[in-house]
Amino acid sequence: MIRLLALLLRRDLARLLGAGQGGGALLPILFFLAVAMIFPFAVGPDTALLARTGGGVIWVAALLAAILPLDRLVQPDLERGMFDQWALRGIAEEWVMAARVISHWISFGPPLMLAAVPAAALLGLSADNLRIVELGLLAGTPGLAALGVAIAAITAGLRGGAALAGLLLIPLGVPLLIFGAGSLSAGGASGLALTGAVSLVLLAVAPFAGGAAIRASRD
Amino acid sequence: MLFRGVSFALRSGGALQITGANGTGKSSLLRIIAGLSRPFGGVIEREGGIGLVDERPALDPEWPLARALAFWRAIDPGPSPDMAMLGLAGLLDVPFRYLSTGQRKRAAMARLIGQDAAIWLLDEPLNGLDTAAARMVETLTANHCARGGIAVVASHQPFALPGMTHLPLADFAA
Repeated sequence: MIRLLALLLRRDLARLLGAGQGGGALLPILFFLAVAMIFPFAVGPDTALLARTGGGVIWVAALLAAILPLDRLVQPDLERGMFDQWALRGIAEEWVMAARVISHWISFGPPLMLAAVPAAALLGLSADNLRIVELGLLAGTPGLAALGVAIAAITAGLRGGAALAGLLLIPLGVPLLIFGAGSLSAGGASGLALTGAVSLVLLAVAPFAGGAAIRASRD
Repeated sequence: MLFRGVSFALRSGGALQITGANGTGKSSLLRIIAGLSRPFGGVIEREGGIGLVDERPALDPEWPLARALAFWRAIDPGPSPDMAMLGLAGLLDVPFRYLSTGQRKRAAMARLIGQDAAIWLLDEPLNGLDTAAARMVETLTANHCARGGIAVVASHQPFALPGMTHLPLADFAA
C-alpha cells in the first residue's frame, strides 16, 4: 500500500509540477502575486491602510489562486479512464484522492508561502504580520488543497464543472479565510489554531468525499 | 433500460463476442461485467482479475509512451509486453498524445498484457487498427485464451477467434 501511494504520488507530482503543461504549478502563484500587485494600485499608496489590510488581501488572493488548478486535479484522469483502471486493480478511490491531496498541497502550498514573501513586501506588511500570515498559510493551505481536490472530484463529470468548482470553493473556503485572516487582528492568535482545526477536518473528509464522487460519476 | 434477460457463462479458455449495432449497449454490458457499472437487476459472478481496454487508453498523453506505460508496469505484476510485436518499439520516446488512434489501441493492449488479468474485456478492440494490427490483436487474444484466460469482445466488426461464441445483444433489447 505504501509502495502504491508512492507510485501515485510520483505520478501526481510529475503531472502537477511538470513544466510545459499549461503552466503547471506556476500559474496560480503568478495569479496570486498579480492580485497582491494590483491591490495597491486600486486603493492608493496609503502605507498604513495597506499594512492594515495586506494580510487579508493575501488570504483573499490565496483563495482565488486556489481556484485555478481545480480543473487539472481530477477531470483529466476521469477522461483518460485512469480511475476505471485503478478500480479494476482494486485500488480504492480514497487512496488515489489522498495521494492527490498530498501532491496538490506540495505543488500549491509551499510555492504560495514563498510567494507570500514578495506579496507582503508589495503590501508593506510588517515582519511580525508576515510571520503570522506564513503560519496561517502553513495551517490553512493543506485544508485548501483538500477542499480543492474534493470539489474537483465532485464537479469533474459535469458540464461547465470548472466554473462551478470555482463557485463552490469560495463559500466553502470562507472558514479558512475568516480564521486565517482573523489571526492577524489583535488577540487573534487562536485564529491560527482554528485554521489548523478546519484544515484537519477538511483533510479527513476530502479523500472520502472525493472517492464517493468518483464512484457516483460512474453510474 | 438497454437490454434484459442476458445470460451467459464462460469457462477458462472461453471467448465471447458481444455483437450489435451502435447504441445497443455493448459497452454498458462490458462495464457491468467489469463491475464498473451496476445492473438494474441480475448478478455477475466472476473469478480472476479484470483487464479492460476501451476507447480511453488510461495512458498519460503528455508523457512519452515508455513512461506512460511504466506507470502501469510498476503497479501491475504481469510480464513485459513484446513491444516489437505490438509495433511500438520505435515509438517509446514519442509523447503519447502524438500517437495515432491505432497506435494508442496497441499501447492499451501493451498495458493489458502487463496487467496479467485472467479476464480480458475488449471494447471495439479493432477500431482504428490496420489489417495486420487487427490480426495481431486477434492472435494476442487467442494466445490469452489458449493459456486459460477468458476474453469478452464487444465489437460490431468480425473478430476471428477459434471457438468464440456470439451474443447478439439486439435480441435482448428491452
